[in-house]
Amino acid sequence: MTKVTMTVNGKAVSGEVEGRTLLSQFLREGLGLTGTHVGCDTSQCGACVVHVNGQDVKSCTTFALECEGAEVRTIEGMANPDGSLSVIQQAFQDHHGLQCGFCTPGMVMTAAALLARNPTPSEAEIRHYLEGNICRCTGYHNIVKAILAASGQDVSHLGHGDAVAAE
Amino acid sequence: MPKDHGIGASTKRREDLRFLTGRGRYTDDINLPGQAHACFVRSQVAHGRLNGVNTDTAAAMPGVIRIFTAADFEGVGGLPCGWQVTDRHGAPMQEPGHPVLARGKVRHVGDPIALVVAESYDQARDAAEAVVVDIEELEPVLDMKAALAESAPKVHDELTSNLCYDWGFVEENREAVNKAFETAHHVTTLELVNQRLVPNAMEPRVAIGDYNFATDDSTLYTTSQNPHVIRLLMGAFVLGIPEHKLRVVAPDVGGGFGSKIFHYAEEAAVTFAAKQLRRPVKWTCTRSESFVTDAQGRDHVTKIELALDAEGHFQAIRTETYANMGAYLSTFAPSIPTWLHGTLMAGNYRTPLIYVNVKAVFTTTVPVDAYRGAGRPEATFQLERVIDKAAREMGIDPVELRRRNFITEFPYATPVAVEYDTGDYNATMDKLLEIADVAGFEARLAESKARGKLRGLGVNCYIEACGIAPSQLVGQLGARAGLYESATVRVNATGGLVVMTGSHSHGQGHETTFAQVVADMIGIDEKMVEIVHGDTANTPMGMGTYGSRSLAVGGSAMVKATNKIIAKARKIAAHLMEASPEDIELKDGRFTVAGTDKSVAWGDVTLAAYVPHNYPLDEIEPGLEETAFYDPNNFTYPAGAYACEVEVDPETGKVTIERFAAADDFGNVVNPMIVDGQVHGGIGQGIGQALLETTTYDEYGQLLSGSYMDYAMPRASDVPFYVVDHSCQTPCTHNPLGVKGCGEAGAIGSPPAVVNAVVDALQRAGHTHITHIDMPLTPSRVWAVMQG
Repeated sequence: MTKVTMTVNGKAVSGEVEGRTLLSQFLREGLGLTGTHVGCDTSQCGACVVHVNGQDVKSCTTFALECEGAEVRTIEGMANPDGSLSVIQQAFQDHHGLQCGFCTPGMVMTAAALLARNPTPSEAEIRHYLEGNICRCTGYHNIVKAILAASGQDVSHLGHGDAVAAE
Repeated sequence: MPKDHGIGASTKRREDLRFLTGRGRYTDDINLPGQAHACFVRSQVAHGRLNGVNTDTAAAMPGVIRIFTAADFEGVGGLPCGWQVTDRHGAPMQEPGHPVLARGKVRHVGDPIALVVAESYDQARDAAEAVVVDIEELEPVLDMKAALAESAPKVHDELTSNLCYDWGFVEENREAVNKAFETAHHVTTLELVNQRLVPNAMEPRVAIGDYNFATDDSTLYTTSQNPHVIRLLMGAFVLGIPEHKLRVVAPDVGGGFGSKIFHYAEEAAVTFAAKQLRRPVKWTCTRSESFVTDAQGRDHVTKIELALDAEGHFQAIRTETYANMGAYLSTFAPSIPTWLHGTLMAGNYRTPLIYVNVKAVFTTTVPVDAYRGAGRPEATFQLERVIDKAAREMGIDPVELRRRNFITEFPYATPVAVEYDTGDYNATMDKLLEIADVAGFEARLAESKARGKLRGLGVNCYIEACGIAPSQLVGQLGARAGLYESATVRVNATGGLVVMTGSHSHGQGHETTFAQVVADMIGIDEKMVEIVHGDTANTPMGMGTYGSRSLAVGGSAMVKATNKIIAKARKIAAHLMEASPEDIELKDGRFTVAGTDKSVAWGDVTLAAYVPHNYPLDEIEPGLEETAFYDPNNFTYPAGAYACEVEVDPETGKVTIERFAAADDFGNVVNPMIVDGQVHGGIGQGIGQALLETTTYDEYGQLLSGSYMDYAMPRASDVPFYVVDHSCQTPCTHNPLGVKGCGEAGAIGSPPAVVNAVVDALQRAGHTHITHIDMPLTPSRVWAVMQG
């Protein structure tokens, strides 16, 4: 076992891990941050995407020890400081960009990374960037729509208008 | 103006708040104090005699607590099958045993042989690799037709053959149908494969067994679409635990699509092990394990024939299908190619004579059961493909041929035993042609051509029977369960409500939609209604969510229970206002005496129910809580028309979906946004089936498509934006909400649209010999047929 120290969602954390411990395991089992999901074992589905030093990475394919000293951000760290949903999270709710919610943390983290890099992506750019994220529920329509909307683009031609009656 | 609350409003989903912030609680997020971890030793071969399991080395490895093999499960029952099909000669299907852990033989790659329990998952997995299994390999059984040969090796030695059943429907029509074909003006024949799919809910299965020694209670946390069904099956048939000593919890569940209906061996194994070890035992499926253990879908090989008169009127349909059951009978497997398939063979059309023959076959592959649509996509695909082929052969426009045969009068009794209550197939077709802009197709075709691409348009209809199902009817058909649904509505003293439903939400948004319905009925804020589901300890016995049944059946139970609440509340209000209950009106959460300005608020009445100082105690009991069970008296029949436009690259055979439109009739709609989402998701899966997905076993029975590197799941770049519409609404006539269900439509209606479109593109390009291509329409397959 080796000690690893990193910053997760702004808080310094440390833990004892094996060499084979994955970042996803460390987050879920070590820190209890179960918002990061594991949907496959071949680095394909993207449910486990988190940000490491601002880069979107698959935490199921990253060793915890590789993140020594790193700044890690997970879905639990995405809301605004007052607890309200961030723009990208809010867009997913407004446009029904999630159903079962399992792929959602990875989708949000990937979308946030895309928008940080390309603030107004085209539909094609969004679809291409989501190459490493699989959703089985939505047929992707409302995910792509939500990301377009989060980037401030008009989505009124893409089906039902905004949802109403916020909870 | 769109509605802003209640039934008909696109209310934002309340469940999203937890899912978007990482606060969902899926089964794998649960960790119990003192929990041990499980890993299964599984068969690496498709078929073999299990001569021995040596656990000596593994048992001595670090952290290992205990290793269970079949010998430990001697006193435990097998996994039950919930549906008995009777074959066309009146005999029951052949029903093999299905042990929790393999006994004597292994029958598919992934068949569980031993259960290793250790202090950590990594230790359990390391030890599982050290378990020595002595298997004498036997010839695998893979091809269904070959499996029925006299000389074929048997999957189950105790059965007479690999034939589960030979089903004829309607058997009495067989001769008349054959006669109709002899005299038909035109017969179109099509042989096709509806390939095997892996459902692939994004959340892999998880099961955690827990045992309380002090009370002798067992609890199973599991990824299920129907916790009550699991409790009944596992308790009564496998482990012998009565319901009152067994609790099953299915918390947030990450998608199901049918694959989480069934009772799986792992659930029983961890519940059993937890009791033996007196500590919680947790098993989390890896995706690789999912591919070889989750029940798979479809896998039909079909020949369909359509007889037509000179004007193109359908005279008769005859089909012969081989349906793969896999190695064992999964929970509802026998019903899928029969009652959920044969009964839909009339489609949206008047065809006086229909005969469906299905031979269900055991093979040494993963069991096959319901996957989104379950039997209905298979029926729709063959019917809509053969109609397209017939239209081409007879020189009739495919839309016109369909219209010529549409059922237009309702109720309509089909020759395959169901009665459609309502529908308007011309209306959905008209709507489709409008939203798909079929009029603009020629211009788009020319534009594609200018770029050197082939373009095609595919149109088709679908109908499904959902809202499953009238219990007495399905009982006659072989179901070993009732298919009602339940709801308890508990009104609290200060006016808020908790609705405990037997339905289960795993992406459908019930917590939002169900609250809309109840709040609308009473006229209160949706925030005052909480929906509770997924735990047998606090919900009434219900059959769960599948077959697009939640709102049609579960919602109806909720409406019934809420109506009982309102009836009682009205009596209380009448007492408070010294009026007669018949004169009391409920509107916007206030009770009013008709024709007066006297009124009391909802909260006044609920408080009186629990603080009954001024209360008609001689007439009614205190409290405000009601339970209702709803058993439907018919299926519901959502229907619609779908259109797909594709481009085919003649150089590579690559198909691109350029446009996709769906016009559905779901009857009344509670939350249009959620309904749109359900249709989008179904279409996405249907496009996946049409273009990408297939399950491939090699000659040894090894699953070649066993990971996301090999099984082509649709990605965002494989699909377009969809145009969906559900404004054509013929409300269901026999449930109180007039709803029909929308969960499966997209997956049922979309595959034939894609294939029709590709065949159309190739035909237009002069490849007139191409009348069908089996799914998935991969570039290599399309390119190969284009080469002749």
